[in-house]
Amino acid sequence: MLKTYTPPEYAYRQCLEQRSGLAERRPLVIIGAGPVGLTAALDAAQRGIPVVVLDDNNTVSQGSRALCYAKRTLEIWDRLGVGEAVAAHGVRWQVGKVFFKNELAYQFNLLPEEQHKLPAMVNLQQYHLEEKLVRACQMQPLIELRWKHRLIGLNPGEDGVDLTVQTPDGVFSMRTDWLIACDGAGSDTRGLMGLDFEGQVFEDRFLIADVLMKGRDFPTERWFWFDPPFHPGQSVLLHKECDGVWRIDFQLGRDANAAEEKKPERVIPRIQAMLGPDAEFELEWVSVYQFACRRMQNFRHGRVLFAGDAAHQVSPFGARGANSGVQDVDNLIWKLAAVIKGEAPDALLDSYHAERAVAADDNIRQSTRATDFISPKTRASLRLRDAVLSLAKTEPFARPLVNSGRLSMPTPYVDSVLLTADEEDAFEAGVAPGCPAVDAPLGEGWLLEKLGRGFVLLSFGPVASTLPTVVVEAGLVTQRYDAQPGTCYLIRPDQVVAARWRSFDAAKVAAAVLRSLGELAC
Amino acid sequence: MLNRQPNLQDPDGFYDELIACQRGLSETQADALLARLVLILANHIGDRATLREALTLARIEPL
Repeated sequence: MLKTYTPPEYAYRQCLEQRSGLAERRPLVIIGAGPVGLTAALDAAQRGIPVVVLDDNNTVSQGSRALCYAKRTLEIWDRLGVGEAVAAHGVRWQVGKVFFKNELAYQFNLLPEEQHKLPAMVNLQQYHLEEKLVRACQMQPLIELRWKHRLIGLNPGEDGVDLTVQTPDGVFSMRTDWLIACDGAGSDTRGLMGLDFEGQVFEDRFLIADVLMKGRDFPTERWFWFDPPFHPGQSVLLHKECDGVWRIDFQLGRDANAAEEKKPERVIPRIQAMLGPDAEFELEWVSVYQFACRRMQNFRHGRVLFAGDAAHQVSPFGARGANSGVQDVDNLIWKLAAVIKGEAPDALLDSYHAERAVAADDNIRQSTRATDFISPKTRASLRLRDAVLSLAKTEPFARPLVNSGRLSMPTPYVDSVLLTADEEDAFEAGVAPGCPAVDAPLGEGWLLEKLGRGFVLLSFGPVASTLPTVVVEAGLVTQRYDAQPGTCYLIRPDQVVAARWRSFDAAKVAAAVLRSLGELAC
Repeated sequence: MLNRQPNLQDPDGFYDELIACQRGLSETQADALLARLVLILANHIGDRATLREALTLARIEPL
C-alpha cells in the first residue's frame, strides 16, 4: 500500500456484446490501457474513429515504473489535451551529476532551448500519468474503456480480427477491423500470434525502490553513481518523483536473487548505507527487474499492429520506453485513420513499421551502449570505463564518453518513402523532412498549438493554398525554420515535416501530400 | 590514415619512459594507466577512420 497514493479502481461492467452474445463489428480495438494504449485511444477518437480499449486489470500502473517524459512526448499529449496537466504535475529537472567512487566526476545541464511551450523533461510516476489519460478517455464519447477484459484468443483474417475475451462473467467474442497491441513487454497479443523478439537479454538485475523521504530533501537533479562506497562495484541512480518520493535504482549484478532482494530487510540497509544511519524514510514500492534490448521483426501483421513495449524493449537508461511507445502511436494513428476513412491505401500502414522500426533500432542502439558502459561485461571494458570516469573529473575530453543514459530525443525518419527530399541546396538549417516540427512562440501562444491534427502548410508569408495554412510573418519561428519570405513547410498530421520549399507551388505541395499518404510510394 | 612507419623520435627513450611511467605501480594501477593512456591518445588523434585502422591493427594477434 502506497503512503502517498491511492490507486483508483475502475468499475468493471458487462458490455452489451457479452450480454447479448452478438459480436458487433468494431473499427478499432486496442489491447492495454497503459500510457501507449490510452494515448492511441485518445488520438483515434479525436480523429473520429470509435475505439474500444480492453485491459485485463481495473486500475493504473503499480509503482512508479515509467518516470521521465521527454518534450516530444509532452507535445504529443498537448495535441491530445493532456500535455499541460502532465507538465504541470511533473517534476522539472535539468542538472545531472555523475559520481565515481566517492567524488563528483562531472555534472551536466540539459540546458533546454528557451522559448518552447513544454520542458525538456519531466518526472511523473506512471500511475499519475495513467490517471490523467484515463480521465481524458472517459470524457471522450468515442472511447469505451473495458476493464477486466482479458484477450485469450485471436484469429487474424483478411478483413478483420476475431477476438476471444474473458471477463468476470465468462468468455465472449468480439470482431474488429483493426487491432493495436499495446499490452507491454509480456504482450498476450504477441504470444497468441506466436510472434517473438530478436535481440539481446541482459543478465544484470536492478532494484528499484520508491522511497518517501522525511525531513530531508535532495536537489531536483539526477544523480548517478558508478562504484560508490555505499554500493561497491555497482551503479546507483537517484531521481526525484512527485509527492516527496525519490526513485533509487541499485544495480545488483548478475547473480542476485530477485525474490530475496525485494524483501524490506534487504532493501532498507542498502538505502541506509546510501543516505546515512539517521535518514528517515519509508519504502513506497520495490521491484527487481532485468531488461532486454530487442524488437519484433515486423510491427505490422496485417490488421494487427504492435506498439510500445509489445513491439520493442530497451534498457531503462535514457527514458526510451514509454517515450518511444507514445511516439509509435503518434506515428500510427493518423495513418490508420486515413486508411479507415479511405483517404489512403492500406500500404500506408507499412510505413508505420518502416518509420518506427528505425526509431526502435536507434533507441536499442543508444540504450545498449549505455548499458555496456554502466555494466561492463569484461575486465578490460571495466578498466576502460573506469579510466573514462577517472579522467572526466579534470579532463573535458573524457566527459562526452561518460554514458549513464542518453536522454530520449525523437528519431528523424530520414529514409522514409513518405518524405519529399529538399531541392538541392535549398536549406542549410531549419527542420529537415522526417523531423518533428520544432515549437516556438507565435502570437499569443505557440506554433505547435496552431498546427492542428491534419496536413497543414506552414507558410512564411501569405499564400493561396487549399490546405489549412499557418502564416508566419516574423519572429523566432522564422529563425528556427531557416525561413525566407516565401518559404513553406508541409507538416503531416503527426507534426512531422513532410516537405519544404523556398517558394509555394501548389502542384508540388499536392504531390508531397500524396506521397505522405503512401500514394506515390513504390 | 594510420602511420605505420617509424614516427617516434628516440624510440628507445620513449619506450624507456613508457615503462618507467608504470614503475612502482601495482598490476591494477598499471592496467588503469594503460587504459587512460589509450583514451588520451585516441582523443588526440580524433579521426575515427584512423582510430578504426589502429583498432583493427591491434586486434590482429601476432604469432
